[in-house]
Amino acid sequence: MTEHKFDIYITGVGGQGIGLFSEALIRAADHAGLVVGGVDTHGLAQRGGAVVSHVRIGPAYSPLIRRGCADLAISLESYEALRALQEYLADAKTLLYYDVRWQPLSVRLGKESPLTDDFIRQECLRRNIREIRVAPESLTDSRMQNTVLLGYLAKEALIPGVKLQHYEAALNDLMQGSMLEQNLALLQKIASA
Amino acid sequence: MKKLGEILASHQPFSEIVIGNAAIARAMLEAGVRVVTSYPGSPTPEIAEALNALPKESQPPYFEFSVNEKVATEVAVGASVNGHLSCTFFKSVGLNVAADTFVQLGLMELIGGMVILLGDDPGANSSQNEQDNRHYARLAYIPVFEPANAQEAYEMFKEAAALSQKRRMPVIVRLTTHVCHAKAKVRFQGWQPRPLDNTPRFDVKNGPYIPISASVFPLKRRALEKLSDVAAYADASSFNAMTDFQNGRRGVITMGAPFLSLMDALEDVTAKPDILKLGIIHPLAKEKTLAFLRQHEEVKILEELDDVLEREIKALAFEHGLPVRIIGKKDIDDWLGEYTPDKVAQVLYKTWPDLLAKDEAKGAPVASRAPRPPQLCPGCGHRSAFYAVKQALKESDITVADIGCHTLGFLPPHQMGQILLCMGHSSATASGLSLFNQERRVVAFLGDSTFFHAGIPGIINAVFNRHNLLLIIMENGTTAMTGHQDHPGVGKNANGATDAIPLRRVLDALGVTNIREVDAYQQSKLRSLVEEALLESGFKVIIAKHPCMLKLTKEMRRRGQFRGRRVTIAPTCDQQHACIAAFACPTFQRTADRQVSAHQDLCIGDGSCLQTCPTHAILAPSDSAAKGGASHD
Repeated sequence: MTEHKFDIYITGVGGQGIGLFSEALIRAADHAGLVVGGVDTHGLAQRGGAVVSHVRIGPAYSPLIRRGCADLAISLESYEALRALQEYLADAKTLLYYDVRWQPLSVRLGKESPLTDDFIRQECLRRNIREIRVAPESLTDSRMQNTVLLGYLAKEALIPGVKLQHYEAALNDLMQGSMLEQNLALLQKIASA
Repeated sequence: MKKLGEILASHQPFSEIVIGNAAIARAMLEAGVRVVTSYPGSPTPEIAEALNALPKESQPPYFEFSVNEKVATEVAVGASVNGHLSCTFFKSVGLNVAADTFVQLGLMELIGGMVILLGDDPGANSSQNEQDNRHYARLAYIPVFEPANAQEAYEMFKEAAALSQKRRMPVIVRLTTHVCHAKAKVRFQGWQPRPLDNTPRFDVKNGPYIPISASVFPLKRRALEKLSDVAAYADASSFNAMTDFQNGRRGVITMGAPFLSLMDALEDVTAKPDILKLGIIHPLAKEKTLAFLRQHEEVKILEELDDVLEREIKALAFEHGLPVRIIGKKDIDDWLGEYTPDKVAQVLYKTWPDLLAKDEAKGAPVASRAPRPPQLCPGCGHRSAFYAVKQALKESDITVADIGCHTLGFLPPHQMGQILLCMGHSSATASGLSLFNQERRVVAFLGDSTFFHAGIPGIINAVFNRHNLLLIIMENGTTAMTGHQDHPGVGKNANGATDAIPLRRVLDALGVTNIREVDAYQQSKLRSLVEEALLESGFKVIIAKHPCMLKLTKEMRRRGQFRGRRVTIAPTCDQQHACIAAFACPTFQRTADRQVSAHQDLCIGDGSCLQTCPTHAILAPSDSAAKGGASHD
């Protein structure tokens, strides 16, 4: 059993493939020999609601992380990155997010203003949080945005003990054929950039 | 790539990362379950997915999605009284539908055994309430196992099946949302398939199976005797276990997922209370509980939802004249929501303020902005229908929602559907709303899977009793909300092709004479059909049809046929925002200076939005290049 707990809070919007992403993280941690578990809390989120996944490494009991206690927050979408930051990430930890924006209903209806580029950065500065913003790039399939984030996790060694080979092994568990090849190539490209 | 079905069917012992629902499917194989029935409902449909993934040579149980939970229960009972170990599973509120059958089960000699898997939903993550189904177990004299995680779900299911077979009684395994979906590495035992025995063993000598008047009492006596035997079994079971922190002063009695939350909440506490974790939660293991009560000065009953255990334990302590102080729920908040680690910390703080630091108990709740409720998908026919129907209605008209994706129409900006009870209620509730009501017209909505599930009696009643309402059936050809399971109108079941039962033909046969049909994308036609229908008296039906576009695009992606098409916004857009504010497809994004764009990752190019733009500035994918439309993202 690993000595230290490491809690990862993952957010996105229903339809972004967060389930597969967190499964890849859990499997990568397992391949690295860590004790790991977690849970997706999707509710009705298949219909474009907020989706959350908790991943807990080390000696934890509940699959659910406590508010304000995550060591790492990862978001596949910017509004949800802000939510993860405000609700679950502990001070002085790390936020990794892919900067695509799927505006929530209240923003589309004009009841709240759109997120500005600066907002998350200021919040991170204020709370001494390391912000890793991944700018969108052109991908053949938008679901590969998740693999870009896995690449950053490997490149920046954001999860203690989990290395590129473990993420590769996780993708091998979950995919096959050309989908696997494309994702592995992307993962390796980002991780070694 | 790891194939879940092949892994779950392995004959050798193995460990694998799975969710609780998948662990259950393996337990079914090992237990020798022959028949499994269900109606789809979160948090349980992944059990069906795991069962369907099992290879044929592993001799997986016969599985069906039945028409509703009551029927599913009855099919499982029939199999069990014929000698086959059976199982039925569904979500929390599904038990309400099954209740008429379910309450009889304790009276029956279920010779093959039968396990009822309930997916309760504390926190109402995907249900219309958070009802505590332990009440039903008490009502029907049926034992309940409650696992805390995937490992226990696997082990307890097998134990429950064995108990059920041995005592020829129904046994419940109560799962909750975050036990069903929690992922962990589970250690599975080895297993060899047994030879199948198809002998039909139904025999009235095992009964009586007709509970009428005097025969009810010996059956009830037998049910109570069985339950009393299970109480003794519970006392001996290692599933009811104490975690001993050598604390003679304080103890906690708890169960299931709240036990895990408790362990996390106590992480930094030095004087941890002792914990009695119950795995068999009904009937109560009295001796173990009494021993625990005697060992402590104060015992907190930590239970999610209602005070079922608290009342029983207080009664037990009273009966035995014990001096222990039993602390149950302190206020109404303790009755609400899921017992997450944060919630348990709050509950503990109220119980023993000295135990946790106050900050520790609070967690760090920050209200964040811009909530993101679930919504209808891009291209959803329901959106198109709501958009059109709303235009045909007056502000004062009353709209009645039903269960399904279309329930989401209650959200802004459509706000179609103002009252919701349960599956299939809409026609009948709308009938009641129409009584003595000349001024406000009543419109009910109903999905197609729900039509077959529980919608038909309300329709028959509306014909039979000549009610005055308009029912709009939103037909998308699937059970969409729970993950696209087939329903009787589709022509496929969980096992392959079957005869479709077309909804329209059912309506005709029921004597509904006023029926209109339209594709939900034909907004102006739908609007005029609604206007027309509302001028007529009596019971009217409009079928607004469009296939579920999420299902369609998913299948296209799987086959590699999905082309990323999307609409674009022409420079002629004068920012009236009908597409955003009235039609509200999530594809449409707005900038701070009110410009509109179609989102690259969201738009599927269906074009159901085109009709909504007063200036025709939304360009269909094929028009975009020709008219020089630009995207703003």
